[in-house]
Amino acid sequence: MPDPSGPDAPRPSRTRRFELKTWGPFIALGILVILGTLVNPVFLTPNNLVNVLTRTAFTGIIAIGATFVITTGGIDLSVGSLAAFIAGVMIMVMNALQPAGMAPLSVVAIGMVAALALGVGAGLINGLLVTKGRIEPFIVTLGTMGIFRSLVTYLANGGTLSLNMGTRGFYRPVYYGDLFGVTYPILVYALVATVGAVVLYRTRYGRYVTATGSNEEVARYSAIKVDRIKLAAYALQGACVALAVVLYVPRLGSASATTGLLWELEAIAAVIIGGTILKGGAGRIWGTVAGAIMLALIDNILNLTGAISVYLNAAIQGCIIIIAVLVQRDAKGRR
Amino acid sequence: MKWTLGIAALAIGMLCLAGSADAAAKKTMGVSIPAATHGWAGGLNWHAQQAKAALEKKYPDLTIALVTAGSATRQANDLEDLVSARAIDALVILPFESDPLTEPVRQVKKAGKWVTIVDRGLTDPTIQDLYVAGNNPQMGANSANYMKDKLGGKGNIVVLRGIPTVIDNQRVDAFMEIIKKTDIKVLDMKYANWNRDDGFKVMQDFLARFPKIDAVWAQDDDITLGVIEAVKQANREKEMWILGGAGMKEMIKRVMDKDTFVPADVLYPPKMIADAMELTASKLMENAQLKKEYIVDATLVTPENAAKFYYPDSPF
Repeated sequence: MPDPSGPDAPRPSRTRRFELKTWGPFIALGILVILGTLVNPVFLTPNNLVNVLTRTAFTGIIAIGATFVITTGGIDLSVGSLAAFIAGVMIMVMNALQPAGMAPLSVVAIGMVAALALGVGAGLINGLLVTKGRIEPFIVTLGTMGIFRSLVTYLANGGTLSLNMGTRGFYRPVYYGDLFGVTYPILVYALVATVGAVVLYRTRYGRYVTATGSNEEVARYSAIKVDRIKLAAYALQGACVALAVVLYVPRLGSASATTGLLWELEAIAAVIIGGTILKGGAGRIWGTVAGAIMLALIDNILNLTGAISVYLNAAIQGCIIIIAVLVQRDAKGRR
Repeated sequence: MKWTLGIAALAIGMLCLAGSADAAAKKTMGVSIPAATHGWAGGLNWHAQQAKAALEKKYPDLTIALVTAGSATRQANDLEDLVSARAIDALVILPFESDPLTEPVRQVKKAGKWVTIVDRGLTDPTIQDLYVAGNNPQMGANSANYMKDKLGGKGNIVVLRGIPTVIDNQRVDAFMEIIKKTDIKVLDMKYANWNRDDGFKVMQDFLARFPKIDAVWAQDDDITLGVIEAVKQANREKEMWILGGAGMKEMIKRVMDKDTFVPADVLYPPKMIADAMELTASKLMENAQLKKEYIVDATLVTPENAAKFYYPDSPF
């Protein structure tokens, strides 16, 4: 059996060349921060930075899960639709419980549990279809992407599901509240990233994830239960989506067919900008974090200036994404 | 073998006879609209379903075939199916996009069917028998006039635009035409894609950037919802007010309740599909005399008239 991974799926090693590649996304992020400050000094105000990081939390948390899936050599296109579906179901559950006279705390707690159960369940379905069903992950998740999106449209009757006012007031601080000026979504995001990094870099499961993506056959011969590793990665992705939704719902208190639109692409872009290899076998959690923040910063910076025609927004975004990845290649090439 | 063939031929012949006898009395109207992928389209679907039920009850001999499409290509396929499989006598269509659907609709017209176009006009207006649409320039102009009056002709405003399309350009151009002649300063305009989340993000950034904003033109009620939350978060509700548009029930309710934060709304009602279906049905079943064009006004909704435009059961 020929080695399918080829020369561009290197095992992580502690050489200096590797270090530079790791730092690439952070250098690009630094450059973007300088650019933002030059464009408008408002950029550096704590208020603006907190706003942007809080927004990043949704796709950022999803991207942590995506880092695992992509590192196993898979892909999950369904995350954006799943987010909308979970948000819809969560709102319906909470709306159904509130008139029953339940305390707001229990209503929100049950809503959160329902969201997590649904997220993990959906992740398991994706994972089982990939592992037991032996279908390409791209096709599986393209299918579930359509299914989840149309389910939320169906639940909302084509319109919008809105959280009842009573629950909304109680739940609102989960997005808007803060601890010493740092909002809860940022704290949760930091926690998820830290746990993700520990799991990927410091546990046996993390090493198996990398081994599976690097060379599935070799991993299987090494007595790694490849299917279980992959299944767990998709379940983890589902849990991350649910967690993102738990933070998202209190922001606007609603879900519709446009909720989470294109989040899958944003999450995948964050992962790749961060230096994770799309083919699998090498994952970078902190790189993913830098990538997600960069994507949010680009939007923010463009909104803070009137100098660039709004018609060109998407072009600027595209250029910055490509340059950010080029910077990494260059840093690597010069060695 | 011959036997079976003969019987089959006979059966088919009888079916055809029955079909043509039926057609003399019974009529079928095809309705093709975009799928409910955003709030306004959701309202469109709801009103179309309501109208279908009401019209089929009013005219027992009328059958309405309602189909929704997720893209322009799918909609073109739907048209072929409506003509060949459902044998429609008239078509009511809200085209996904103007250009790609002009030819497919022309084919329907050539097959001798009545054609009603809703909202988005075809590139060749000679195809349509009837045109029912909202008034985008008027929507922009009415919004501008309201803001001008309420601001007393001066102040700072920000504008959140929709999705880069002809519809959005028509609204914004007409709006700016009037604003230009006043002392109102448009601090900046950004696209918010007729979407709540984008409305929230763009408004957060506007709030960080501009210390003094007197009013916001959000143009659309979905965007307005996001804007409201962003302003609330910054605790600047007292400083400014918001004008949206379309006629979402939550916004009409706020106007009805004399909310000072959302004092008015400008209509761009998804109900226009129901009007188009009703007109077409009256033509089909009663041969009513129709004008060639019905333009639905972009009415300004204020606390005085809001109750007339409030549909609590609609999803939009």
